[in-house]
Amino acid sequence: MADYKALEDLVIQVRRDILRQVHKVNSGHPGGSLGCTEFFVALYNELMERNENFTMDGIGEDLFFLSNGHISPVFYSVLARAGYFPVEELNTFRLLNSRLQGHPTTHEGLPGVRIASGSLGQGISVSIGAALTKKLNKDKHIVYTLCGDGELQEGQNWEAIMYAAGNNVDNLIVTVDLNGQQIDGATKNVLPLGNLKAKFEAFGWDVMDIEKGNDLKAIVSGMKKAKEKTGKGKPVCVLLHTVMGNGVDFMMHTHDWHGKAPNDQQLETALSQNPVTLGDY
Amino acid sequence: MKIVQMKKYTDTGKKDTRSGFGDGLTELGKKNKDVVALCADLTGSLKMDEFKENHPERFFQVGIAEANMIGIAAGMTIGGKIPFTGTFANFSTGRVYDQIRQSVAYSGKNVKICASHAGITLGEDGATHQILEDIGLMKMLPGMTVINTCDYNQTKAATIAIADYEGPVYLRFGRPKVANFTPADQNFQIGKAVQLQEGTDVTIIATGHLVWEALQAAETLNEKGITADVINIHTIKPLDDEAILKSVKKTGCVVTAEEHNFLGGLGESVARVLASYHPAPQEFVATQDTFGESGTPEQLMDKYGLNASAIVSAVQKVTARK
Repeated sequence: MADYKALEDLVIQVRRDILRQVHKVNSGHPGGSLGCTEFFVALYNELMERNENFTMDGIGEDLFFLSNGHISPVFYSVLARAGYFPVEELNTFRLLNSRLQGHPTTHEGLPGVRIASGSLGQGISVSIGAALTKKLNKDKHIVYTLCGDGELQEGQNWEAIMYAAGNNVDNLIVTVDLNGQQIDGATKNVLPLGNLKAKFEAFGWDVMDIEKGNDLKAIVSGMKKAKEKTGKGKPVCVLLHTVMGNGVDFMMHTHDWHGKAPNDQQLETALSQNPVTLGDY
Repeated sequence: MKIVQMKKYTDTGKKDTRSGFGDGLTELGKKNKDVVALCADLTGSLKMDEFKENHPERFFQVGIAEANMIGIAAGMTIGGKIPFTGTFANFSTGRVYDQIRQSVAYSGKNVKICASHAGITLGEDGATHQILEDIGLMKMLPGMTVINTCDYNQTKAATIAIADYEGPVYLRFGRPKVANFTPADQNFQIGKAVQLQEGTDVTIIATGHLVWEALQAAETLNEKGITADVINIHTIKPLDDEAILKSVKKTGCVVTAEEHNFLGGLGESVARVLASYHPAPQEFVATQDTFGESGTPEQLMDKYGLNASAIVSAVQKVTARK
């Protein structure tokens, strides 16, 4: 049984990390990061089987790929707090000579990152490749991917979605961050995604929803169900219904904070809504 | 007039370079269990059938979806596989530039992008399929090795050699049957130029299908009393600066020859070396910032000035500029 108090404390601390990272450099993407905080915390601390030491090959462990790389603040915070690198390094987010580039990359050798992402739509393909190699290596572990909903407007995703179903890549769980927002506004206004569940199903995926995508218990139980669906011939898609900017009242339910940092006063307000739990970096 | 004794190169029978790739891949399949192959609905054209037949579990048909193929290949390296992707050069580069840039080159993945039907000698299909910009696209990517082989034997040797090299590689070859004249047992060294002829009047630096043409040109020139260093640059990046400079310091002028646009190709890479270390007159045998068109490979090479006679003319021009 998961220690939800500890996970909740971690969620609040990660929110603080996200806000402080983007505030310091006055750039970055807090909205999507906050919306996926509970998912990342649950994934890295409750769901994935992970080896003690990071290796690029990740043999004998579950892998995670972030396709929508702009939500790097949440990825970096959760990786640091899971022990991949010192939490103090979050101080270097987006600074010159940092391993914490604006978008995640392997280029500077940051432990925990296995592919560069930022230019959207490439993560599912990469994850399929890693999943195929796991099969060739007779490694029974799972490959997890997170992509944005707006990101599914990129055509490469649908090549990948077609391939994975057509080739029974069933050791793959793709989670879609369904927050309905993108830079220019609501996805339904920018380019409607239609019925994603029906679309994934029509391509041959096993699809499920997690309606409470910002609720730790719902995420953990939902993702465990998703894991049970693996190994049965179909790739698995989880539609994670989230609220962009979750946990900071003035950032919620809007695309305004997709790629904008809070000013000093806004930071103070946001942090006051998320008092320190584990300690700031 | 001096006429010197030249090294003799024999065409052992015309063969396509893509078959060199296919046969190299077949050999790799037998000796390296980590080699996997991906193809975007052109298995026969890329000569990948034998690998597919021998190792169905290591062959991945991705359909007409090149972007996904590059992404999958990048992902497959995680866990130790060595993916070889196969499609036409146009669809291996221009169509998937961003996927190669981010998921392969910037991510430093050990993917071998193997591209057939490069250049104008693809022939009758016309300009939509005849990419003349791919060397430029690929050489601009940091960390990308760019190889353009000249015949069947060299393509086979290069295919085998790149599996042992850790890092992204673009391997460019073609469709037509051309002279096969390099040794079957050659030791292919990435980044190492091959000196084919020794001369003192001009340096001819050629890559791909133009290497054989350069040898023919050198013979013609010899009869006219002009002796040429002929250098086969199979690796455009990293470029063998040392071999180029050594030769040009001796001859004082250069002709570069390639089946590619003069913008972004081998010629520009050579010009960079000369401008930096040893300025010298240079002429470019290459397409002149134009698209191709339908025709037979021979007709096209003639019309676009990519053959031995074009090289001879360029040499006469460049030697006059010394």
